[in-house]
Amino acid sequence: MNKFYHSVRLDPDLCKGCINCIKRCPTQAIRVRKGKARINDKFCIDCGECIRVCPHHAKKATYDTLDMMQQYRYKIALPAPALYSQFNNLEDVNSVLNALLAMGFDDVFEVSAAAELVSDATREYLTKHEEVLPVISTACPTIVRLIRVRFPNLLPNLLPLKPPVEVAAEMAVARVMEKRGAAREEIGVFFISPCPSKVSYAKVPLGTDKSEIDHVVAIKDVYPQLLSHMKHLGEDIEDLATSGKIGISWGRSGGEASGLFTDSYLAADGIENSIRVLEDLEDQKFTNLKFVELNACSGGCVGGVLTVENPYVAEVKLKRLRKYMPVARSHIDMEERAEQIVPWTEEVEYEPVFNLGETMMESFARLNRVEQLCRQFPGLDCGSCGAPTCKALAEDIVRGEASERDCVYYLRESLHQLSEEVAILSDDLHAGNGEGIETLQTLQILKDYITRISGEMSRLDRRNEEDKK
Amino acid sequence: MAEAIVLKYEISPDDFTRAGEASSDVKGKLKQMGVSPAAVRKVAIAMYEGEINMVIHAKGGEITVEITPERIRMILADVGPGIPDIDLAMKAGYSTAPDEVRNLGFGAGMGLPNMKKYTDTMEIETELGVGTTITMTVNL
Repeated sequence: MNKFYHSVRLDPDLCKGCINCIKRCPTQAIRVRKGKARINDKFCIDCGECIRVCPHHAKKATYDTLDMMQQYRYKIALPAPALYSQFNNLEDVNSVLNALLAMGFDDVFEVSAAAELVSDATREYLTKHEEVLPVISTACPTIVRLIRVRFPNLLPNLLPLKPPVEVAAEMAVARVMEKRGAAREEIGVFFISPCPSKVSYAKVPLGTDKSEIDHVVAIKDVYPQLLSHMKHLGEDIEDLATSGKIGISWGRSGGEASGLFTDSYLAADGIENSIRVLEDLEDQKFTNLKFVELNACSGGCVGGVLTVENPYVAEVKLKRLRKYMPVARSHIDMEERAEQIVPWTEEVEYEPVFNLGETMMESFARLNRVEQLCRQFPGLDCGSCGAPTCKALAEDIVRGEASERDCVYYLRESLHQLSEEVAILSDDLHAGNGEGIETLQTLQILKDYITRISGEMSRLDRRNEEDKK
Repeated sequence: MAEAIVLKYEISPDDFTRAGEASSDVKGKLKQMGVSPAAVRKVAIAMYEGEINMVIHAKGGEITVEITPERIRMILADVGPGIPDIDLAMKAGYSTAPDEVRNLGFGAGMGLPNMKKYTDTMEIETELGVGTTITMTVNL
């Protein structure tokens, strides 16, 4: 599969070609061309900002639907900790877990339980690898993708451990195969996810060659069904909960770091904030830092675009829920297995997608040209050309994907120039006696100019028409 | 040889929030050029140190960056007080930064030593009361 597979897509029928998404995209991956937005696969990191900001709901996350459960004999649900934060007055996660069984799942494996194992492994990794401090969390796939394309210097700092959901998937599959004697193809693993980034992860994972997650469904799709099942649960429900405070806390920003029992950590959330931290980390502006937790969504996973609750309200609910929980639980009977499962099996490699050219000489020449173009453009970053900034347009031009005349100001300027020259020529004609070969030549030039002016004008019109469509 | 790309940056005095803008811009351009990550990092660190120095000690100045496919040259020119004793200033941990600057987390006395450490060549021209010009190169 394409290593730049993406779950964030565009619905061209709904797209009006406005500039909201191009302005907000943190990697400048979107352009409006021919009146419609286009997402550049190589630049996109699946952060979901465009989904949040699109006023016409033309950006969509692709994910699976629950009817896919019918394809499997054994269905496993992997609830994200963020799922628990969606309910009002939830006192016991067991009601959510039992409701999942009532929905038709045969087994549930809490991602928060696997998270505690990852926390254990992280603590150990930190003590053994002082040469790569600070270690950067790899739980958020968007952050890993961002580092892969933009921060090659920080690749050695990535925590080479699988995200909790992958660990949960592998352990859950092993459990069902063992307990029920099921074959792998009879089992369907469903992650109940707060974000589309995990959809891309399940299809094209980083740090492991193949994910054991078969399907990713949205919290917002599962939530209404769970609500009705939760109402009809009886008095004695099964005790299925296997995680404690540490695991549950992974659902919010700072939660992963708080499970490491160290003060020298930094936790930032929101994609722009995360980028700022990474820039500074790259310049070695922080010292004495052991761990860096970054979450692409504000608030952490509770802020994912596939959730229903306000992220900050969700965070409060998560805090209340974890209050009376034991610190951690899952280490009790799973620890031995974890050592084999948790570490990455593959390295993440730098993908220099933002290079301007194929070779350094070509890139250098193109960078030079970008600088020249930027001096010609108005520097308003108006977005009318379809690129988020004048600089981005200049980069598109040197890559052969746009032209100077996409800039309305450039076009206006050249129209002014042409019309001025026409005026001068016609003055010349008027001053002359209107005969002879020179006059004929001037007339010819005048005709050419007028043709060019109407050409440029129709270019402007075409753009307007495309925008309307 | 290809013509050098020349970038100029004004460094405003006493503005720590803006310090780092120039080095971050250069860093972005070098990445787009496909310069090796290790070289990008050297330039970014050395130039940021220089920028901070200009903000703390020199009331700003101008940085000129010349980029060619062979090397990156950074010329940091200020009209500050000058450096009285270069050898002392080059000593790790020696600092003349005022307390309010140290309270911000700067002024650890690692500026010049780090600039030297992360570049291939570094020359300092300084005159008391006139100013300082530091020229650093990183070979590609």
